[in-house]
Amino acid sequence: MSATIQNTGRTRRWPIVGEPPYEGTRIPSRVPTVLDVPPVLRETGDVLQVNFGPNHPSTHGVLRLIVDLDGELVVGLSAVIGYLHTGFEKNMEQKTWWKAITYPERIDYVGYQNNELVFVLAIEKMLQLEVPEKATWMRMLLCELNRIHSHLVYLGTSALELGAISMFWYCFRERETILDLFELVTGQRMHTRYFQAGGLAEDIPTGFYPEARKFVEWMPHALDDYLTLLDRNQIWLERTKGVGLLSADDAIALGQSGPVLRASGVDWDLRRDQTYLAYDQVDFKVPVYTGCDVYDRYRVRMDEMAESVKIVRQCIDRLERMEGQPWITDDRKVVLPPREELHTSMESLIHHFKIVTEGYRVPAGEVYVAIESPRGECGCYVVSDGGPKPWRVHFRAPSLAALQATATCAHNTLIADLIAVVGSLDAVMGDTDR
Amino acid sequence: MTDLAKIPGYAETKEAHGETTVVVARDSIRAACAYARDELGYAFLADIVATDYLDWSGKGVSGYIGTATGRDLNLPMTQGLQALPEAKPARFSLSYHLLALRQGAPRLRLQCWLDDGDTVDSVVPVWPAADWFEREQYDLMGIRFDGHPNLARLLMEDDWEGHPLRKDYPIGGEPVRFSAAE
Repeated sequence: MSATIQNTGRTRRWPIVGEPPYEGTRIPSRVPTVLDVPPVLRETGDVLQVNFGPNHPSTHGVLRLIVDLDGELVVGLSAVIGYLHTGFEKNMEQKTWWKAITYPERIDYVGYQNNELVFVLAIEKMLQLEVPEKATWMRMLLCELNRIHSHLVYLGTSALELGAISMFWYCFRERETILDLFELVTGQRMHTRYFQAGGLAEDIPTGFYPEARKFVEWMPHALDDYLTLLDRNQIWLERTKGVGLLSADDAIALGQSGPVLRASGVDWDLRRDQTYLAYDQVDFKVPVYTGCDVYDRYRVRMDEMAESVKIVRQCIDRLERMEGQPWITDDRKVVLPPREELHTSMESLIHHFKIVTEGYRVPAGEVYVAIESPRGECGCYVVSDGGPKPWRVHFRAPSLAALQATATCAHNTLIADLIAVVGSLDAVMGDTDR
Repeated sequence: MTDLAKIPGYAETKEAHGETTVVVARDSIRAACAYARDELGYAFLADIVATDYLDWSGKGVSGYIGTATGRDLNLPMTQGLQALPEAKPARFSLSYHLLALRQGAPRLRLQCWLDDGDTVDSVVPVWPAADWFEREQYDLMGIRFDGHPNLARLLMEDDWEGHPLRKDYPIGGEPVRFSAAE
C-alpha cells in the first residue's frame, strides 16, 4: 500500500499556504498510526520501551502511549485509547431525542457547547425546524465563549506541562469568568443543556449582556498578558518551534482539522467555508500559519481567541436589539409549551405530557452535520426510524482524528518533546473514546 | 451528477436533507474512494460510520406513525396508520463521509451495504485517517475490513466479546468477572 498513500500533485486541491516543512510524507508506511522501531536499532538491544500513561498527568486524561526510546530519542510509538469509553452512542439510542441532548456535551467535556450544538442542529435538520434569529445569535455567542474556554484550557495545560506554571493560573482565571457567564445564562457552569431542538431552553436573563461586555472588554488585555508571558519566553520558544512537524498533505491524509490543520498552512474553517448559524453575518478572520509545528498551533489558537472575542462582541450588539423576541420556535409538536399555559390550556397540558413522556418523533432518514468545534470538524451522523428515539448516533470526534497524527508528529523527536506534541494536538480523551 | 455516475461500482444516487448519498457496490468501495479523492476532489475523509438496521421492518421499529402490526392498544405508540420506513438492502450500512476542501463545496456520502459476516476492503491505502475509523467500526459494530494493517479493537478491551453497538447486543446484564465463588 506504499504508493497510493502518497498524495501526488495532481490530487492536491486545497487552499495551501507556504512551503511544506519536509519532503514527501512522514506517515509511517506499515500502520499509519504506529511508529515502528527500525529493525537495525531493535537488534542493538539499546531500545527501551516505556509506558507513557495512561495515568501521566500530561496525557490530558487517560491516553497511553507505548514509546520506544533510543536514549532520549523516540524511535517507536503506538497509542492505546479507550480508557474513557462509556458507550455514549449506545446510550443515546435508548433515550428520546430531547433527553439525548444531554449526552453530547459530556463527550467532549471541554468543548461542550459546540458538541451540544452539532447534535441539536442534526435534529433540526431532520425535523426541518426554523430557529428564531435570537436563538441563532445566542448559540453563536455561547459557542464562541466555549471556544475561548477550550483554548484557554489548552493553553494553560500545555504551558504547564512545559514548565510555565503561571500560565495555568492566568488561563484558568479567565476560564472562571467564562464559566460564570455560562452559569448566569444556563444555571450550569459546564454541560449546560441550554440548546433545545428549535431554539434555547430559556430566555436570556437580564444582566447577561453587561457581564458579557465586561468580559469582552477584559479578554484582549488578558491575551496581551499571555503573549507577554510566553511569546518572548526563550524556554517556551525553544520547546515549541520546529517541534512536532506535520505537513499540509500529511495533515489532510490523516484527517486533521481545526487549529492543527490551519497551523499546517491549510486555509480551512467550516465557520467560513461551510457556514452555519449566522457566521456569514459576522466579521472575523481565519488565522493560518505555515510553521506546521507546536508553536504555530499555539499561535493559531491565540489568534482564534482574539477573533472569537470579536464575534462575541458582534453577537452582543445584535442580541441587545432583540429584546422581547422569541428564543424558541412555537412548534408545539416539538417544543414544550410555556409553563404558565399548563394551568389554563388543556392542549398545552397534552403537548407537555406527550413530549415529556413519549418525546417528539423525528422523520425517518439519515443526516450528517459538521461544525467547527474548538478542536476541528465535529460531525454528528444521526439515523432516525421515524420514532421518538434515535436509531443510531455517531460522532465524528476531532480528537480521535488528531491523535492519529501522534506517530507522524513524533518523527525524530525527544521524549520531552512528545509532551509538547500531545499537548498541541489538544485531544480531549472523552471525545476520543466516547 | 454525471461525474458521480462514473464512480466505480456506482449503484444509485440519493438526495435527502440537502445531502448526496452515492450507493456503491461493496466490493468496489476502495476504488470508489480513490476515484472520489483523485477525480472528484474529495481530499478529506471526515468519518466512517456503520449502522445496524437489524429488524428494521419489525415490531421494534417505530416507523412514521405506527408499527408493522398497525393499531394495537396493548403496545404503546402504535396508534394511527402504519407507515414503516422503507426496507434496507442488507443489515449494515457503511457510510464514508467525504469533504472537498473548497469553499461551499458539497459533502458526499459514499455508502455500501453488507450483511453479517461480509467483509469490505479497507480504505487505509487511500486515506491513512481510515486507520482508527475502521478499527472503531470493527470494534463496536463488527465490520471486518480486508487489508487493514492492524485490525484490532480500538475502544473496548482486546478480549471483549461481542460488538456493543449492534442492535442484538444485550443492554445490561453484563457478566460478572470476579465473584465470591472464584
